[in-house]
Amino acid sequence: MSAARSCRPPRALAGLFVWRLRSTGARQIPCRFVHLYHVTSNKLITFQYFNFLKRMQLDQEKKVVHKISSASPVPQSWPEMSRRNELREMKSAAETEDSVIPGGAESKEDRQWKEMKLRPDDLPGILARLSKIKLTALVVSTASAGFAMAPVPFELTCFLLASLGTGLASCAANSINQFFEVPFDSNMNRTKNRPLVRGQISPLLAVCFAACCGIPGVALLTLGVNPLTGALGAFNIFLYTCCYTPLKRMSIANTWVGAVVGAIPPVMGWTAATGSLDAGALLLGGILYSWQFPHFNALSWGLREDYSRGGYCMMSVTHPALCRRVALRHCLALIGLSAVAPVLNITTWTFPIISLPINLYISYLGFRFYRDADRSSSRKLFFCSLWHLPLLLLVMFTCKKSVLEKEDKGELRGGSHEMAMEIRLP
Amino acid sequence: MKTNKQKIKEKYSDTVNKCALFLNLLCLHALRLRGVWEFIPNCEVLQQLRSGAGNALCLCLQGLGFRPPPHSHSDWIGPPDKHSNLRPVIFYVPPEESALERRLREARQEAQASNQRFWARHNRAFRQEKEEFIYSRLKAKGLEMRDESGQKATLSAEEMADFYKDFLSKNFKKHLQYNRDWYKHNFRITFLMGQVAVMRALRWLRGRKRNVEQ
Repeated sequence: MSAARSCRPPRALAGLFVWRLRSTGARQIPCRFVHLYHVTSNKLITFQYFNFLKRMQLDQEKKVVHKISSASPVPQSWPEMSRRNELREMKSAAETEDSVIPGGAESKEDRQWKEMKLRPDDLPGILARLSKIKLTALVVSTASAGFAMAPVPFELTCFLLASLGTGLASCAANSINQFFEVPFDSNMNRTKNRPLVRGQISPLLAVCFAACCGIPGVALLTLGVNPLTGALGAFNIFLYTCCYTPLKRMSIANTWVGAVVGAIPPVMGWTAATGSLDAGALLLGGILYSWQFPHFNALSWGLREDYSRGGYCMMSVTHPALCRRVALRHCLALIGLSAVAPVLNITTWTFPIISLPINLYISYLGFRFYRDADRSSSRKLFFCSLWHLPLLLLVMFTCKKSVLEKEDKGELRGGSHEMAMEIRLP
Repeated sequence: MKTNKQKIKEKYSDTVNKCALFLNLLCLHALRLRGVWEFIPNCEVLQQLRSGAGNALCLCLQGLGFRPPPHSHSDWIGPPDKHSNLRPVIFYVPPEESALERRLREARQEAQASNQRFWARHNRAFRQEKEEFIYSRLKAKGLEMRDESGQKATLSAEEMADFYKDFLSKNFKKHLQYNRDWYKHNFRITFLMGQVAVMRALRWLRGRKRNVEQ
């Protein structure tokens, strides 16, 4: 970046080089086309992967053909971090090859310069990445779990409104988070391909998008569901954007605040169904709260260098022993919380029994992480947490205490009382 | 004792340099009228301009080694800088730039320059201190920086953890100050962008109203 750079080599040579690449590219296109067709038709692909393939077909000067054959398509459900990273790396490699300047002699570095013009075709993909659509989907599914676990008859419209409202609120919160963190995201490998970092969208547009998602989302929750859920949604957006995001750079307390942020969606689902904040909602929130620690602490173990350089205050950097202790503590707490569920009449007693193996397994991995404190144990714990939560919520749902069962018991008691009255009165 | 020839040569090169500078600055002003791209107010570029070294125009246009195509009226963003990991932006200066638009552009340039300075310095310090730490630890263990096969020796993640903790705590106050500055820049730029967007929308509406009246 220094202007003291010497004069560039003659452009004529660069022109020759570019021409040669073009000719080889043209020859290879038919084979690539066939291969791409096979890839798209035989396997399930994500929206992002499809866009990536589309770009590959349109552009002639690609060097990454060999990478397509080695790429594995990402399934629609809970994606694994390693695959996501691979996909992201491929996309960034491909996009650096997009030649925006037409023709002429251009060096490889010149081709990496992009015009900061928003194209309508790119907007959905950019907004999906801005709102962290996969994380939003996760948040909406935990809210749905909260709704499903509530001991009331299932109402479809209320469920859909609650899910939509939660999704919009989550999109807004994620967009504001990215708006605040541009230079920090640029310096971390995990986040350096975000839209604001790459200049694909302006900060103003990001804020407008957040407002367009957040305001209707909270309004939908307040007016379409109930004010309590709306208030929780608004509070969660505030907690994530104004407390968690700045706190990340000031104190390790951010992890606990972040865990509360993750715990609120199922509580919102419950309050959407029942309209009140009772023990069941708090239990579900508690389960999500405890789950956040093994999940995040294990993830942060492998990112210590980036956090240190980026100036993030995380337990894994400043208090490594505490980091592992807290992860183990909360793995064990999950067993305890699962046992409390039948006491509060949310599930039957089969739930703690069936969930015991998976809770014990994650606790075992938590213990290994606590004892070994190395990369492999942290990765095992992280990947376990990815399937542990959906499985736990699924088991919880299957063991849910039936609403009908409760009603029958109540009716019987009331009915017999009435019959008794009738007998007495002539 | 200089010969006449040498004296003439010196005077000639001196005049040529002055003429070149004058022509360059003239071209620069002409381009500004048409609408040219302004680069990050890099200290080195400004210094060179002030000292009047040779191709002021060349440096200005090639300061970042890239020239946007003349037909484009938008900003251009480049690959991440190798020191700061931030992507440099070349800002388009329209020929009829209003005062508000100029304030926005200058705010963005200033923020960019400030971020670039901070992260380049910070990352350089990180790399340097990391090397020193690895060197000192290897020395304490009695090992060399490179092993028998010529590969660079590394420490395990657990050993590096001490360095990461130390580095983070050392730079904590610096980060707090930078966070404050960054949030201020970010809000100011976004607010100015909002104002510019509203101004442009009103200008467009006024233009349409005039067309309808006509």
